[in-house]
Amino acid sequence: MLKIKDLHAKVEDKEILKGINLELNAGEVHAIMGPNGSGKSTLASVIAGKEEFEITKGGVFFENEDLEDTAPEERAHKGIFLSFQYPVEIPGVSVTNFMKTAINESRKARGMEDMPANEMLKLIREKSEMLDIDRKFLSRSLNEGFSGGEKKRNEIFQMAMLEPKLAILDETDSGLDIDALRIVANGVNKLRSKDNAVLVITHYQRLLEYIVPDFVHVLHDGKIVKSGDKALALELEEKGYDWLKQESAV
Amino acid sequence: MAFENTIDVEHPIHDIRSEAIKNFESKGFPSKKDEAWKYTSLNSLQKVDFSIFPKEENTLEYSQVKKYFLHEIDTYKIVFIDGIYSSYLSETTHDGVDICLMSSALTKPMYQQVMDLYFNKVASKEESLTTLNTAFSREGAYIYIPKNKMPKKPVEIIHFATGNEASLLLQPRNLIVVEENAELQVIERHQSLTKNEVFTNSVTEIFADKSAIIDYYKVQNNNAAASMIDNTYISQKNTSNVSVHTFSFGGKLTRNNLNFFQNGEHINSTMKGVTILGDKQHVDHHTLVHHRQPNCESHQDYKGIYGENSTGVFNGKIIVDKIAQKTNAFQQNNNVLVSDKATINTKPQLEIFADDVKCSHGCTIGQLDEDALFYLQTRGIPQKEARALLMYAFANNVLQSVRIPELKKRINKLIATKLGVRLGFEL
Repeated sequence: MLKIKDLHAKVEDKEILKGINLELNAGEVHAIMGPNGSGKSTLASVIAGKEEFEITKGGVFFENEDLEDTAPEERAHKGIFLSFQYPVEIPGVSVTNFMKTAINESRKARGMEDMPANEMLKLIREKSEMLDIDRKFLSRSLNEGFSGGEKKRNEIFQMAMLEPKLAILDETDSGLDIDALRIVANGVNKLRSKDNAVLVITHYQRLLEYIVPDFVHVLHDGKIVKSGDKALALELEEKGYDWLKQESAV
Repeated sequence: MAFENTIDVEHPIHDIRSEAIKNFESKGFPSKKDEAWKYTSLNSLQKVDFSIFPKEENTLEYSQVKKYFLHEIDTYKIVFIDGIYSSYLSETTHDGVDICLMSSALTKPMYQQVMDLYFNKVASKEESLTTLNTAFSREGAYIYIPKNKMPKKPVEIIHFATGNEASLLLQPRNLIVVEENAELQVIERHQSLTKNEVFTNSVTEIFADKSAIIDYYKVQNNNAAASMIDNTYISQKNTSNVSVHTFSFGGKLTRNNLNFFQNGEHINSTMKGVTILGDKQHVDHHTLVHHRQPNCESHQDYKGIYGENSTGVFNGKIIVDKIAQKTNAFQQNNNVLVSDKATINTKPQLEIFADDVKCSHGCTIGQLDEDALFYLQTRGIPQKEARALLMYAFANNVLQSVRIPELKKRINKLIATKLGVRLGFEL
């Protein structure tokens, strides 16, 4: 589904990704772990199409198509979803209206009519119940004054509404207490199927106890330095990231 | 002069008029040399030969103009066509409150007591355009809400210009008195129906007695040949609460002089504005809040979106007198320029003589937030729509304080239309 080949990317003049190779197939969950500043969030942004990052070498392929000239919204229409580490606050647009706009724009891009209002309401009700989201929450301005946990839960709600093929979860666990973490992880697990893939980006292995990965990759200084199964996450938890620095110093 | 020949010179306000015209004659129209008019020129308007009174009475069918009314709800209506009262389109009342005409108030003895107390009492006797209006004041809305009363429904004041005159000068004069613990909601609108030139120089005096609550909404969505100077003067007493929302979307040249005078304690004054301009439109908001007593608040929040060759001005003056301790004065003016050729001049002007006050002001002129844009795009909203949605959100945020839901919906739709947003949801 997703193929990343020898990806180099820079922002301004600073090279952040220095040759990443990664392949995700439908039905798989991959986790990318690594210390702060290793390039995890940049990788997520580059896959989603953020313009400020320039790809200098290699590329990102989704369903065998090079995404280089594909706008972020087109990537979304193809089925790529990014759950933000820091979701943006948009006062003046309610969560519900935002979702309606997003869904109907995606449908329009696929040549479909707007979703009928009753169907939309049903979908919103179903997905918000799944994530234990209060109705009042849905009429509030998007992310405005939301707690960290509410923001993250709202990201997963959006993901549930949009039903992407590839979901990238960027530090979704940060700012969540254990109950919120469980709800969010359950939400993600319910959306898992043989047809979609999840890329979990995280600093800690805590989230991976709930969203169990098939593969774990360690990102350091813009490169994947080690890959393994879920045991690698535990190993990292135990050893921390210092050994990476020592190894790369050797 | 001719106007005085048509009216009763023995009338009690004859002296007020004479003094006003003298003042106007000595000052003349403001020019760019006046600091307060640095960015707004009235030159083009002074070249036009305006008719002061229409030659004949014009009529309109309700069906022609229904869309300009807030017809979703029941309202009192004071409607003028080319400056002349239209009883056919209006719905006035004397049932416990007076919602009627300035021409009646000026001439009928039963209103004289109120007129003596309030008429021309807060309006400036110096400012030249206000004095011009005073000199010619003849018609407008007169609203008097006695103690503890609240009209059953909001009041709409609407001025239509039919275009039957090639160019028309209108000078409406409104007086609004809301007594102790009484409430009022007003929606004011000026609508020209053709491309013929109209210039409105309006003066509104508003008095809020103790604990009175007034919400005033100005809908400025006139067509491209209409210009307007709005002079609004508000006097507030203890614990009163007055808000003025100004929605400026239309017109060629619009100048809003909005003046609040706090003559008591624990007063709340709110000024909100949404301005969305394109083409060569020009809107100038000049606000003044004069904090004259302790323990009062004022809140100003003006948002502007300027496209094409449009120009905007925001000048917010706050005066805090020495005795006005514990004043809280907030002022915010945020602008987005969506064209390289659009300009905005924004200036806070604070004159604070008390030492224990909280005053904050901020103005921004910017582009849209790129991170927010990216966020919306990743949810499948195309860049053009995402920009429009962000602008919509930026402007719409001011509407939270609009207390008439149907009006809020209308304004929301106007904002969306103005920005060309397909919102993907019903408002």
